[in-house]
Amino acid sequence: MRTIVPLLATPWPDVPDLLVPALAETARMVGVVMTIVVLVGGPLGLLIHNTSPLGLTPHKAVHVSISWVANMGRSLPFLVLMAAVVPVTRLVFGTTIGFKAAIIPMSIAGIAFFARLVENAVREVPRELLDVGVASGAGRWQIMSGIQLREALPGIAAGITLNVIAMIEYSAIAGAIGSGGLGYLAVNYGYRRFDTTIMIACIVLLVVLVQAIQFSGDRVVRRLTH
Amino acid sequence: MIEISGLTKSYGTTTVLDGIDLRVDDARIAAVVGPSGAGKSTLARCVNLLERPTSGRVEVNGQDLAALSGRELRRARLQIGTVFQSANLLRRLTAAQNVALPMRQQRLPDTEVRRRVGELLERVGMLHRANHHPAQLSGGQRQRIGIARSLALRPSVLLSDEATSGLDPESTRAILALLTELRDELAVTVLVITHEMDVVRGIADHVAQLDHGRIVEQGRVADVVRRSDSPLATALLPMPTVVAAPELRQWRLRIEGHVSPFWLAEVGRELGGDVAVLAALVEESAGRPVGRLTVGLDRAHDERRVAEVFRRHGVVAAPADPAAPAGPVTGPAEAPVTGTREKEPVA
Repeated sequence: MRTIVPLLATPWPDVPDLLVPALAETARMVGVVMTIVVLVGGPLGLLIHNTSPLGLTPHKAVHVSISWVANMGRSLPFLVLMAAVVPVTRLVFGTTIGFKAAIIPMSIAGIAFFARLVENAVREVPRELLDVGVASGAGRWQIMSGIQLREALPGIAAGITLNVIAMIEYSAIAGAIGSGGLGYLAVNYGYRRFDTTIMIACIVLLVVLVQAIQFSGDRVVRRLTH
Repeated sequence: MIEISGLTKSYGTTTVLDGIDLRVDDARIAAVVGPSGAGKSTLARCVNLLERPTSGRVEVNGQDLAALSGRELRRARLQIGTVFQSANLLRRLTAAQNVALPMRQQRLPDTEVRRRVGELLERVGMLHRANHHPAQLSGGQRQRIGIARSLALRPSVLLSDEATSGLDPESTRAILALLTELRDELAVTVLVITHEMDVVRGIADHVAQLDHGRIVEQGRVADVVRRSDSPLATALLPMPTVVAAPELRQWRLRIEGHVSPFWLAEVGRELGGDVAVLAALVEESAGRPVGRLTVGLDRAHDERRVAEVFRRHGVVAAPADPAAPAGPVTGPAEAPVTGTREKEPVA
């Protein structure tokens, strides 16, 4: 009976029973958060760039204010951000622990990060290419979608790769509020219960996971680049 | 037709273009030349309103673009094709997709887009590169794709901003031939911005020199090259180094009218003496021979008679040595011979 001898390391054959559900939770958390991040952070990044003096529709007031908001989302260490948005989390989900509670701080941090990554990717598209659209009578939306985003796609794919990895990291920190997932498993079993087996298994899995994501991300970027 | 009048563009207190008046008739090629920083590119960007003029009119086919904005301006831009300096192809699209881009933006039907892309690529001789990406093409090939794209929406006006800068002579020739073909076959009006005098001599009907934001000289190329006191003419036809022949008297000649192919030999016969060619630049512009020569003649010849004989053969002649006073029948005095090729006043 493992529960009454908590200091005992989990035997290797039992490890998958803990690891697989934790991996699934991590995947679910990162998946949900990344969907929100791309849907909100992408347009936000596009807006930050295009309202800047280099953009299609420079607008100082809008640029400065959304840029300021994005910086705010990135200026707090994630652990602090998580604690700071507790009232919001309680308001939205009625709880401050678990999977749902992790979604809000992770999304805030992720959106702020991704907006900057998209801004950078879009800024790399030469201004002259936008002139092509303007000179051939295209409208703003056509230029943004047909030229700007299309040309920035490799950079955006690289940004998504970076962001997914950052979200895996944040999901582990969110383990502190009982979000579940690999980070939670490593902290609760590996750290608090000195379960070295689980600790090693989590570390190996996280390393493999991050390597695999980076590898696939790089491949996608290469395929998108001509 | 392009008709620019009183066009001024300032950035803050800096005036880049100052009261430009320029007219390009239908199916004509006009070239704007000038040193770097003269405002050539700004002028081009003002014609398709990539830059909004501070004041003045920019009429394309009778419509003042400077007065338009929003949807109307976008519609007006459809009749202007723009060829950019480095082609500006989208890197992630193939040649064919790049050509299709303006048509996709206008949501033309798929079948029409495909047919037209084929036609355009064929016209610029790039059908065999349709599925290549820009990175796989040479500079000249990219520029041809850029021209095909600029023609996608059947513009009546083509704007070419340094389209041949940085291309090898072969590619430049191909691009210029293409522009001439567009003028002659599709009656496209072309405004060429360039710093290369070869381009002007090769294809332009009209030339304007821009300096410090003003047009300092303009006219039909055929007329300009015949002007004797014009810096632009000198830039268009720079004189090669004159061969030293101290025993002969140097004469500077300018082909002025219709000359017979053997005019030099005929003049020699009539004068009853040999004519030594010391420096010459003769070529065709707008279908007529133009050029300037420095020749050496026996010092014994009578000055008035020599000038008279040359004149009868369609050539203006004046003795080059400053000591000799110009006779009443000689042409307008030219700039003093320096013996070296004059520096072109363009960058």
